[in-house]
Amino acid sequence: MNKVWLVIQREYLSRVQKKSFLLATLLTPLIFPAIMGVFLWLATSDTDTDSLRIIEVVDENNMFFLESSDQYAFSFSRVDPEEGKRMVIDGERFGFLYIPKIELSQPTGITYFGEKNANMGLITLMESALKKRIEEQRLFQSGISPEVINAYRTDVSIRSITLDESGEEKITDATVNYTIGFLAGILIYVFIFLYGNQIMQGVIEEKSSRIIEILVSSIRPFQLMMGKIIGIGAVGLTQFLIWVVLIGTISSVVVGYFGMQMPQQQAFEMANADMGDVVVEQSGVQDLLQVISGIDFLKLVVTFTFYFLGGYLFYGAFFAAVGAAVDAPSEAQQFMFPVTIPLLIGYMGLFVFVLNDPNSQISFWLSIIPFTSPIGMMGRISYGVPFWELLLSMGLLVGGFFASTWLAAKIYRIGILVHGTKVSYKTLWRWLKSSH
Amino acid sequence: MSILSIQNLSKRYGNTKALSNISLEIPRGSIFGLLGPNGAGKTTLIRIINQIIEADSGVILFNDSPLSPHHIAKIGYLPEERGLYKKMKVGDQLRYFAKLKGMPGPIANDKVQFWLKKLDILSWQEKRIDDLSKGMAQKVQFITTVIHEPELLILDEPFSGFDPVNAEIIRNEILELKEKGTTLVISTHRMESVEQLCDQIAMIYRSEKILDGRLRDIKQAFRPNQFQVQLKTDAPDALQYDPLRFEDGVAEFNVSLEGETTNEVLSRLMALGQVVGFKEILPTMEEIFIQQVKKHTHE
Repeated sequence: MNKVWLVIQREYLSRVQKKSFLLATLLTPLIFPAIMGVFLWLATSDTDTDSLRIIEVVDENNMFFLESSDQYAFSFSRVDPEEGKRMVIDGERFGFLYIPKIELSQPTGITYFGEKNANMGLITLMESALKKRIEEQRLFQSGISPEVINAYRTDVSIRSITLDESGEEKITDATVNYTIGFLAGILIYVFIFLYGNQIMQGVIEEKSSRIIEILVSSIRPFQLMMGKIIGIGAVGLTQFLIWVVLIGTISSVVVGYFGMQMPQQQAFEMANADMGDVVVEQSGVQDLLQVISGIDFLKLVVTFTFYFLGGYLFYGAFFAAVGAAVDAPSEAQQFMFPVTIPLLIGYMGLFVFVLNDPNSQISFWLSIIPFTSPIGMMGRISYGVPFWELLLSMGLLVGGFFASTWLAAKIYRIGILVHGTKVSYKTLWRWLKSSH
Repeated sequence: MSILSIQNLSKRYGNTKALSNISLEIPRGSIFGLLGPNGAGKTTLIRIINQIIEADSGVILFNDSPLSPHHIAKIGYLPEERGLYKKMKVGDQLRYFAKLKGMPGPIANDKVQFWLKKLDILSWQEKRIDDLSKGMAQKVQFITTVIHEPELLILDEPFSGFDPVNAEIIRNEILELKEKGTTLVISTHRMESVEQLCDQIAMIYRSEKILDGRLRDIKQAFRPNQFQVQLKTDAPDALQYDPLRFEDGVAEFNVSLEGETTNEVLSRLMALGQVVGFKEILPTMEEIFIQQVKKHTHE
């Protein structure tokens, strides 16, 4: 046990003391705000450089009005349709919208001409404006005045409340749950791959630089493998904790700097983007805050840490076995399938099934089977999972970890001493079967 | 008394025999040569002694008790395929290997200082292996095998991969370790390289032991009773021996003792001319080995 501790220490310190670790740990939390900044910058500079796009509109009904936006301006005239098309071809106008005489009950024949393919945003913009106008006109024709229409316009949002067994009511929000499941699932997926790969690289390093023979004359291969897996896992956990602290500090500094306006505005935007009513906005913020305060963060953190480590340990042994079976990282590809495929299934399953319907049959299995449960269960956890399912999933993951480590150790023990021979799946099978 | 007693050891890899029924006694305080061509089974035997792999059958006694994990601390091993952590500092690396062998931290620190000083690389302590020359790294490599002061030191092809200067240093260290009572096992396929070092040898060929014993005894037993003679003579054609060479009036040829004593042969030769050289031809380990292999394959 003492020797495993020595290996853990070495694996941990040799990585944590590297400059690249420090850089990655400090810079990664800054990457996301940086990317967002770049997008914002591009978006603003895009509208600056491309001067306003003018669209010529000919309305034979003399009824429609399109409001100019940041990007598009609408110029109304009575030019001949052929003249309108010519203006587009000559580049005088960005596009040309032709509205022929239409029946309000059956508005057909409205056509847009553009030099480039019209983008979805523009078409949607024009369609919704025209649609709204036609609807208003038709309501007006049937004797309802625009004031009445405005007065009766209502926004509806459904508050979703889950009842737990004790009858306690809790406000939930599908968007918040989705986001939590999505982020947790992806984090675990990325973590397993990133650090699993480090295990593999480490094993290959020891094997190809021939340190391994000296090592195994002092320590049992199983101890060496476990020390490496645990040591690298501790590196990952350290990195993750630093990120949590950093992101927490940065965001609280930012929030403190911009005052309380910032989160409110964000919350408002998240809660409902096209709400105009001040009263509704207030309740939206309150609901969101209530949703967030209703999340059992302790449970979330505990389960996340469990699946974070459990998933890593379950796959870690496989990564070690793959590393032991090859002489160079380039050869590892052929043995990565059994590791990559279940992880990918978990990842795809998260998006296709778990997040869309966390309580379906397939979501249940994805969150129970150890191969996919670290990702699958994290997708479900914020929606609420029955206790027995959680217990079963965790139990199976722990059992799966013992099984995967036991199997991988058999390959590892033999593989690390084999140099220069092409190893195939058949060879691996033989190693698995060999008794000692 | 034997530090290591190997009894009827066998090991197979699939259908290939790696060791068949090998028995060896390695006396305490000796330098033991394990000789044989590549692929004979030497490394397998060494790996079994180091408990890296297990034998299929047979017994190994270390100081009269069955070999077990706590003996790891008493055995040092320099494998044929060797390496170090390239990114790790010399001092850290040595401490790590010493502690892995079960040496307590503070003692390991002292030993690191001792050996670095002894091999003249104390100032390199804080350097990474990456930054060292090959020769320096070889010295560090050697220290990793002896730092925990093993009773039994196993060196697999110790002189291959080391440059001549370092090979000489290691040769001297080996002799010094022997003086202090360490038992050494040197495994090699280059038999001439250990002839001057070894007290005892065992020859392994195709998984089997074909010869073992004290080096002097073996050399005696394989003496062909031939002598190389250099004789100054004016008439080389009159000799009853075919000269191998005739230069500046000196004929060189081999004489076999056939029941005669050396003095009888000499007096006969003296009548033929002036004897300028008379030397017994001793077989090299290589020749003994080839002779044994022939005998073995004919049986």
